[in-house]
Amino acid sequence: MTLEPLLREHPFLKGLEPEYLTLLAGCAMNVRFREGAFLFREGEAADQCFLIREGKIALEIAAADRGSIIVETLAAGDVAGFSWLLGPHRWQFDGRAVEPVRAIALDGVCLRGKCADDPRLGFELMQRFARLAIQRLQATRLRLLDVYGNARASAL
Amino acid sequence: MHQLSEHALARPWTEPAPWRVTATRRESADTVTLELEPPSGEVFEFRPGQFNMLGALGTGEVPISISGDPATGGPVLHTIRDVGMATHALCALEPGDRVGVRGPYGTWWPLEEAEGADVMIIAGGIGLPPVRPAVYHLLARRDRYQRVVLLYGARTPADLLFTDELADWRSRFDLDVQVTVDAAPSGWRGDVGVVPDLIATTRFDPATATAFMVGPEIMMRFTVRALRSVGVPDDRIFLSMERNMQCAVAMCGHCQLGPFLVCRDGPVFCHQPLARWLSLREV
Repeated sequence: MTLEPLLREHPFLKGLEPEYLTLLAGCAMNVRFREGAFLFREGEAADQCFLIREGKIALEIAAADRGSIIVETLAAGDVAGFSWLLGPHRWQFDGRAVEPVRAIALDGVCLRGKCADDPRLGFELMQRFARLAIQRLQATRLRLLDVYGNARASAL
Repeated sequence: MHQLSEHALARPWTEPAPWRVTATRRESADTVTLELEPPSGEVFEFRPGQFNMLGALGTGEVPISISGDPATGGPVLHTIRDVGMATHALCALEPGDRVGVRGPYGTWWPLEEAEGADVMIIAGGIGLPPVRPAVYHLLARRDRYQRVVLLYGARTPADLLFTDELADWRSRFDLDVQVTVDAAPSGWRGDVGVVPDLIATTRFDPATATAFMVGPEIMMRFTVRALRSVGVPDDRIFLSMERNMQCAVAMCGHCQLGPFLVCRDGPVFCHQPLARWLSLREV
């Protein structure tokens, strides 16, 4: 069964031309993860990204003195994984399913090849990943401000 | 030496009788809920979103939103975060202690105007207590509203307030509760992220919904942007502001924000007239 319909439904690929969905389907695989399973581990080769269809993923980092810390959670409609995009192609965080997860895994090597062969597809995908990266960066900046911290001398 | 006028000398002492602390409850490491009882015989009524000026003896007053259910009698609830001298003294009060209370003051959430459509309640940090009376109001009249959503953000899971009540609310089929924190230890099953990012993935009708929000101003600024980006108009976004309130009766001017005095014209404002003043660095 082709994965094109599932790709078309995912918010990340919304509006992508049908011919490109066909191309991407050639890099795609339907995957499931049980609760607690790792989709990827920090330091391992980042050869995939995941379009989440159901469930929730925690991006975690292990700190020797604090245990594992969840830095972000991703849910249905989100994309997990930028590390396949640029070298050294190594995961920067652990990705763990905190609920049963259904996703479409896109092969990074395949994806990079398709983008290199068709710069229009490459530009389209890079724009989408850039938009996502900016959104995550802005959310991270907001958290860096620690707006809920004690600096706010207000009790109202 | 300055002499008091005869009029001033003749003026009766108007300090209200102190209220009594009947119970305290620790909500988190730095936040306490006080249950207060008015002086005997007094009936206290308020509207969701209003505040009282509270003061432990000798430490000055601070504005504290009322965090209980406006429909029930009994003790009046205030949830206070220990962030300074006055709030520290309030958080240290114990049952039987006396506390100065003036109020209720300020504007309230326009809950009746929001009837017939979706309602978004958005709170960050210590912003949950000021909207809790609104949640009680909505749940007591649930059939008058369409979808009701509560979005709540905090620093960590340990900083979440009213956790038992949040669990009860999450178990309801007629209330969509989403909680997110800035960071969490492994094992946390909720969301980690920021409140504004919840807007895009929440099911509601932006064309008709009314949003009520309380939290740090930066959080509210980003949340307003997120609401606008999905189509919620400015005149249906309401927020509760805090700007150095001191007198609470529009006399001292400390809480001025452009043409507004927050204690008199707020704390609940429609975003539409407020927008230009929030973006000015000078005010």
